[in-house]
Amino acid sequence: MLDCGMHMGFNDDRRFPDFSYITQNGRLTDFLDCVIISHFHLDHCGALPYFSEMVGYDGPIYMTHPTQAICPILLEDYRKIAVDKKGEANFFTSQMIKDCMKKVVAVHLHQTVQVDDELEIKAYYAGHVLGAAMFQIKVGSESVVYTGDYNMTPDRHLGAAWIDKCRPNLLITESTYATTIRDSKRCRERDFLKKVHETVERGGKVLIPVFALGRAQELCILLETFWERMNLKVPIYFSTGLTEKANHYYKLFIPWTNQKIRKTFVQRNMFEFKHIKAFDRAFADNPGPMVVFATPGMLHAGQSLQIFRKWAGNEKNMVIMPGYCVQGTVGHKILSGQRKLEMEGRQVLEVKMQVEYMSFSAHADAKGIMQLVGQAEPESVLLVHGEAKKMEFLKQKIEQELRVSCYMPANGETVTLPTSLSIPVGISLGLLKQEMAQGLLPEAKKPRLLHGTLIMKDSNFRLVSSEQALKELGLAEHQLRFTCRVHLHDTRKEQETALRVYSHLKSILKDHCVQHLPDGSVTVESILIQAAAPSEDPGTKVLLVSWTYQDEELGSFLTSLLKKGLPQALS
Amino acid sequence: MAAHLKKRVYEEFTKVVQQQQEEIATKKLRLTKPSKSAALHIDLCKATSPADALQYLLQFARKPVEAESVEGVVRILLEHYYKENDPSVRLKIASLLGLLSKTTGFSPDCIMDDAINILQNEKSHQVLAQLLDTLLAIGTKLPENQAIQMRLVDVACQHLTDTSHGVRNKCLQLLGNLGSLEKSITKDAEGLATRDVQKIIGDYFSDQDPRVRTAAIKAMLQLHERGLKLHQTIYNQACKLLSDDYEQVRSAAVQLIWVVSQLYPESIVPIPSSNEEIRLVDDAFGKICHMVSDGSWVVRVQAAKLLGSMEQVSSHFLEQTLDKKLMSDLRRKRTAHERAKELYSSGEFSSGRKWGDDAPKEEVDTGAVNLIESGACGAFVHGLEDEMYEVRIAAVEALCMLAQSSPSFAEKCLDFLVDMFNDEIEEVRLQSIHTMRKISNNITLREDQLDTVLAVLEDSSRDIREALHELLCCTNVSTKEGIHLALVELLKNLTKYPTDRDSIWKCLKFLGSRHPTLVLPLVPELLSTHPFFDTAEPDMDDPAYIAVLVLIFNAAKTCPTMPALFSDHTFRHYAYLRDSLSHLVPALRLPGRKLVSSAVSPSIISQEDPSQQFLQQSLERVYTLQHLDPQGAQELLEFTIRDLQRLGELQSELAGVADFSATYLRCQLLLIKALQEKLWNVAAPLYLKQSDLASAAAKQIMEETYKMEFMYSGVENKQVVIIHHMRLQAKALQLIVTARTTRGLDPLFGMCEKFLQEVDFFQRYFITDLPHLQDSFVDKLLDLMPRLMTSKPAEVVKILQTTLRQSAFLHLPLPEQIHKASATIIEPAGESDNPLRFTSGLVVALDVDATLEHVQDPQNTVKIQVCRVLYPDGQAQLIHPKPADFRNPGPGRHRLITQVYLSHTAWTEPCQVEVRLLLSYNSSARIPKCPWMEGGEVSPQVETSIEGTIPFSKPVKVYIMPKPARR
Repeated sequence: MLDCGMHMGFNDDRRFPDFSYITQNGRLTDFLDCVIISHFHLDHCGALPYFSEMVGYDGPIYMTHPTQAICPILLEDYRKIAVDKKGEANFFTSQMIKDCMKKVVAVHLHQTVQVDDELEIKAYYAGHVLGAAMFQIKVGSESVVYTGDYNMTPDRHLGAAWIDKCRPNLLITESTYATTIRDSKRCRERDFLKKVHETVERGGKVLIPVFALGRAQELCILLETFWERMNLKVPIYFSTGLTEKANHYYKLFIPWTNQKIRKTFVQRNMFEFKHIKAFDRAFADNPGPMVVFATPGMLHAGQSLQIFRKWAGNEKNMVIMPGYCVQGTVGHKILSGQRKLEMEGRQVLEVKMQVEYMSFSAHADAKGIMQLVGQAEPESVLLVHGEAKKMEFLKQKIEQELRVSCYMPANGETVTLPTSLSIPVGISLGLLKQEMAQGLLPEAKKPRLLHGTLIMKDSNFRLVSSEQALKELGLAEHQLRFTCRVHLHDTRKEQETALRVYSHLKSILKDHCVQHLPDGSVTVESILIQAAAPSEDPGTKVLLVSWTYQDEELGSFLTSLLKKGLPQALS
Repeated sequence: MAAHLKKRVYEEFTKVVQQQQEEIATKKLRLTKPSKSAALHIDLCKATSPADALQYLLQFARKPVEAESVEGVVRILLEHYYKENDPSVRLKIASLLGLLSKTTGFSPDCIMDDAINILQNEKSHQVLAQLLDTLLAIGTKLPENQAIQMRLVDVACQHLTDTSHGVRNKCLQLLGNLGSLEKSITKDAEGLATRDVQKIIGDYFSDQDPRVRTAAIKAMLQLHERGLKLHQTIYNQACKLLSDDYEQVRSAAVQLIWVVSQLYPESIVPIPSSNEEIRLVDDAFGKICHMVSDGSWVVRVQAAKLLGSMEQVSSHFLEQTLDKKLMSDLRRKRTAHERAKELYSSGEFSSGRKWGDDAPKEEVDTGAVNLIESGACGAFVHGLEDEMYEVRIAAVEALCMLAQSSPSFAEKCLDFLVDMFNDEIEEVRLQSIHTMRKISNNITLREDQLDTVLAVLEDSSRDIREALHELLCCTNVSTKEGIHLALVELLKNLTKYPTDRDSIWKCLKFLGSRHPTLVLPLVPELLSTHPFFDTAEPDMDDPAYIAVLVLIFNAAKTCPTMPALFSDHTFRHYAYLRDSLSHLVPALRLPGRKLVSSAVSPSIISQEDPSQQFLQQSLERVYTLQHLDPQGAQELLEFTIRDLQRLGELQSELAGVADFSATYLRCQLLLIKALQEKLWNVAAPLYLKQSDLASAAAKQIMEETYKMEFMYSGVENKQVVIIHHMRLQAKALQLIVTARTTRGLDPLFGMCEKFLQEVDFFQRYFITDLPHLQDSFVDKLLDLMPRLMTSKPAEVVKILQTTLRQSAFLHLPLPEQIHKASATIIEPAGESDNPLRFTSGLVVALDVDATLEHVQDPQNTVKIQVCRVLYPDGQAQLIHPKPADFRNPGPGRHRLITQVYLSHTAWTEPCQVEVRLLLSYNSSARIPKCPWMEGGEVSPQVETSIEGTIPFSKPVKVYIMPKPARR
């Protein structure tokens, strides 16, 4: 099973997947060999404790080390909101999260993990968030690559997704931005920095509502390095809690970050922020410029909303929304230009501060998806994690430009893929060398004809030379000969006919060994030709052509040649 | 008795000399040759096991072998080879054969037959590969011998079908290096061997082993390098290799495609799956562009680098590389660059306040969108955004090269370059700033671009800021707002980083002189003058105010209406600045003032010729020297030297030449003076005292010659000969003086021998230049050489003395471009009264910032410059700056920014130490070294030895105070 996510939009049973799809009835463990989690976002791992502890699954769960570290933090946070704040019952408990995490097996990048006798998996770097991975799943010679979410353009703290030419049978790729080609990230970054810089220079305060993990770290690094470069002294704060814990892990998993951080962490770990300090509620009222990162990202509740209310009245201040906002949230309202907001308790808040929107998203755009498909060279592609209409466009493009069949199944739909199964056959060294000696030029990609005997024994296949096969099986060799009569119109004696045949063949088959034997017969390699005179008609002679089955090609050529008759000029 | 002893000594001496004379070059060889091969033979016979033999061989390989003994050694090795069963020993022998055949002076054709012979019988693949390598060494050693080359190519072709990739690799390498160039000739010579090397190599493009495929492509490239014209058919084969599974194959294939595209840029190739045809170079460009988004970064770097050198590409292909069609939800979106441009042209600044500001507008036709570009689309957009900074730097470099050749492209790539100013890696930022500077004459910055550029001025890295100042020096700004903006930002920079003062002033100087008309309307505002009211006089020492004045005065130079806007104090300040900062403030034509400059400025232009002429004349005058009596010659020289020195001071562009020739004349003067000494006429025992002057002169001449040789850039070989010749004369002088002053002959033997060696060395090294040295000291000396060799020291000295007196004065041909190396220490300034305090025993870091001009051989500067700290107790310390501390801001200029670590035990009171820069030299560095040494396994030579140093900057005093440690 690939990923075990949840739907953020629902608060009832629909938020978790319906696992009875898999089982009908019976235990999940019997149906699943393993579960693979691509990264720690809740829409990819949110249902994990429910699935393993409440529905019941005891098999292994595979994820990368950073995912394993950060995932429980997020699950716990999510649980708290659902149970403690909203008071939901029938939800997984902290203990369940812990138990669930015990079933996790962590994998390294490019490490091939043998799940059981047949199934093996391998993780590739995917960008997106810390520890995000793409997985190659392989059984025998057939393989599937599942991308999870990935990003083909590097950002300030993560590198770009990369996969080798693994040529899977199927590539399952996300397609969030199936119809988008994005602008260069530099413009976005520059805009962002410029806006922040200008505001703090004016003495204003900047509020950046973020979700705790992922983009927040990128923006922090961006600001941190900028502050460092420009020697700025204005304080930057980050609202504490969840992030601090997660940040700790960001510091630890340096190999998963981008080139710059990896190269410089010996001197200084980029996640050890010099300019970014923990935020305290009281700081919001401090005079002077400052930059604050606060959760949550859509300004719908919590600290970010509190700060927003305090600062909204001053036109010197600024709020930067770094991501998408769901309809109905304060974030969405101010982004769509609303200047008077109705808060709880009939208060009306006038928004005088500047409102900016900056898109920092870590999904591959259409070009990136195509690039990844080009890198992996799959036989077919399956699009998931996107809107149907957009996927339609991408599907069409993939089929057109890459000439790869592409599928986009709806929920519950099954796709059946025909694959050409290749069966490995062992070949004896002697036979191989013999064949190699014959070949003159190396032609790697051309199929070559090879004579041998295929032995199937105890479900393994071997290709050996026929002599060896006979010996092994204890069989005697039988000779199979074809004989054929060719009628020739010739009035001369048999010997003369034979001689004529001999000289004719000698002139045509220059590179074969043609011999005239003393008993009057002619041989071409191992093919025997005898001339006989049938008693009834002295005008015709019958040529007896006989060849073994190995010489079938030459034999049939000879007969067709002889059937055309002998040239008259010779006589 | 004494006489008898003396005689014996002489006898012995003569013996030695004779031996030396017989064979100076070969003496060593005679001794070593038999022992060498014999010892090896004995060793190898002694060896009981292969491991032993291997050890002996390894030991043997550590020592050099002379050309004469090579053949013997080779025979012994071959003999042992036949007997040896162990492949590892055979391998080592084969590799030794290769090394030995590289020895200079040894002609390896004699061992070729043997090598080919053993090749035929060899079974081990590794040894085979090594033997082929040996053959390659032999083949490259004999490039003229056609027959041998043919034969080797034949051998290579035979082994191409070997099953081991290593052997096939070597075969291909052999083919690439030796494959015949002129086919027509070989055809006549030997019909059999007319092999189409290209075809054979091309067949291996589809080998099953990626290493062999790579080797095949490399061999093809090698053929190209050797001047063989590759066929165009290779292009298609190479294109197929671009989709190879292995990165090294793809990387090599990209190179090959580049090569072919340079060979046949104009031929036409069809576009697959359509009827259209395009130029080959365009097609290749498209393909290489595609490789910029390859999976392997090695290939990406390679591709990005090569893009820069494809200048024949048509412009619309070129411009595609910067093109990336954006869309959002299938609707066309404009890039931020396009938006910025539009806003700019509509006269409105970016608001960026609304969410929907960048909202996509038009619908995109789904059929028309091409997600995978066939051509060059967006190659640079990808390259500049790459994950690896190596790729980004390569892309920036390529952009730079392409933009230099195409102004329209330069204009287009500007946005992207400006974006790179914000890269996360400093190297990339710096590189893109440099790039921008290089293309700056093709471009004019828009205001929004300037804004981004100026934002970087606040960068905390000094390199970045200085690079940016350099960039601003040569940028074109389009509006007066732009100039104002630049000035404001530069002043901001100045307040934030006061150390940038000089660099900012210089930048404003150029900014002003480039844009006089744009500065003009800004003048009242900048000087804060008011039509009715007098404003307060600004502080003259304020660096910011000086900066503004520098801008204005430089603009005023070409804008005569500007001075009318100045207020009284501005004129006063002008006069002050013109004196104090004359390099930044030009001479102005000011109304109501005596034009100090008017007399000078027109004459400067016309004076150039006369001064050149004057230089020539005064030098020519000197050449009549020989015909004068000694007294007259001395006077003439003195006058000329004085003239030249004065000329050098007046005309900065001739300073190098004048100084150089003055130094040379001074040497001559010293020589003449020394020879004029009375001491030569007095009897030997009385010399002791007077000889001081002569020996001092000799010493000084030596010093001066070293200065001439190493402190001037642009010294050519002709000058070096003359300089060495002068030094030789000085050495002769020294020898004579010593001979006169010392008793006893023992030291004299050595000196004589050494001197003769020097002469010999001079002759060997400058053999080609000897004809120019007619009548000179050396010329005469070489005539007398046989006699000198056999004579006793006393006689030698006598001969030398007369030759020295009779020899003619050599003309010093003037080099085209010659500059004296100089260095200025900017920091520490040496003015501070506050001592640098630190705890004794600990280290204090002293920042040193210096500019170096015309320092030769920037690669070696590292070894050359040395910071020297002179402690009050007379102790001196030499410090080698790190290579990374040198920056190269312009041709001939270097900047040294480093830290010097000082430490000392406690002092009772602060004292001064001296810091200065030294130029170290090593005169033997110019001499080629023994070729066997290059053979590999030999111990690395110590080459960095410093023979001496020349101080070339003014010492700066630093006040320091090590305090005793507190317990």
